[in-house]
Amino acid sequence: MAGIIGRKLGMTQIFSDAGAVVPVTVVEAGPCPVVQILTADKNGYNAVQLGFGAQKPKRTPRAELGHAKQAGLELAPRTLREFPVESAEPYQLGQNLTVDQFTAGDKVKVVGTTKGRGFQGVVKRHGFGGRPGSHGHPLARTPGSIGPGTNPSRVIKGRKMPGQMGAAKHTVPNLRVERVDPERNLIYIRGAVPGARNSVVYIRKM
Amino acid sequence: MDILQEVTRDQLRAALPDFAPGDTLRVNVRVREGDKERIQAFEGTCIARKGAGISETFTVRKISSGIGVERVFPVHSPSVESITLVRRGRVRRAKLYYLRALRGKAARIKEKQR
Repeated sequence: MAGIIGRKLGMTQIFSDAGAVVPVTVVEAGPCPVVQILTADKNGYNAVQLGFGAQKPKRTPRAELGHAKQAGLELAPRTLREFPVESAEPYQLGQNLTVDQFTAGDKVKVVGTTKGRGFQGVVKRHGFGGRPGSHGHPLARTPGSIGPGTNPSRVIKGRKMPGQMGAAKHTVPNLRVERVDPERNLIYIRGAVPGARNSVVYIRKM
Repeated sequence: MDILQEVTRDQLRAALPDFAPGDTLRVNVRVREGDKERIQAFEGTCIARKGAGISETFTVRKISSGIGVERVFPVHSPSVESITLVRRGRVRRAKLYYLRALRGKAARIKEKQR
């Protein structure tokens, strides 16, 4: 099965049959039309390109409009993404993939863009301890020494330093599908999923 | 967040008495023993109610053989069979955590007159 593109709606909780509270992220996913089919003969690998959402023709580049037209779509999707598949044969252009491909209990991986936190120091970004809060310390959240001295007189690669945090692609594997609501195109995934509310996420079976 | 409220609405409890902190409640809890299920009552004072929607919870405190026992229940949990209001209490706080430091006569709550 290919996968699906969705929009994160936010987190809530549901009760399991045993009465336990299950934290879930609700994602509005699909229906995703197949916009392009890539085959091993033609492209070197098997994949389907799925679309999600729609954008006004006025705002769509001509190339994307034509691309969408080939798949028989009136409006160009806002998001396009390829999903690798074993074989492209069962898919047809314009065919809609929905949340029906998932059932409760499936393990999925979810790809999203994490919330951007800007340029952050090492305490927030890497969980460094910082300095003690009292006993006369002048510096509070510095990284301290970043390595040995004259030998090797350079900083070892991979040294954790301040920098941009978040707003990066992140994949969370092994999340459980708790419930699927085909009527409303909703999928309930146990636990947290990267990104802010309304951000785009990609869901694939493990 | 409206859509989240909508999708959880069908899980909300239909028969919910109007209760507040200070009230004495009897909470009938489903207890599973092996594959058998029975109902166990937990009666005490509601000392807090927090959260909203599907995630709302309330705390019930009682003195069981001289030891204070508190349980936190999700209001809408299916493992809470029913909630009955035993007695209304008159209190001036939303959270009655001060009761934890009190025992005996001092920990009483006046009944609400009306």
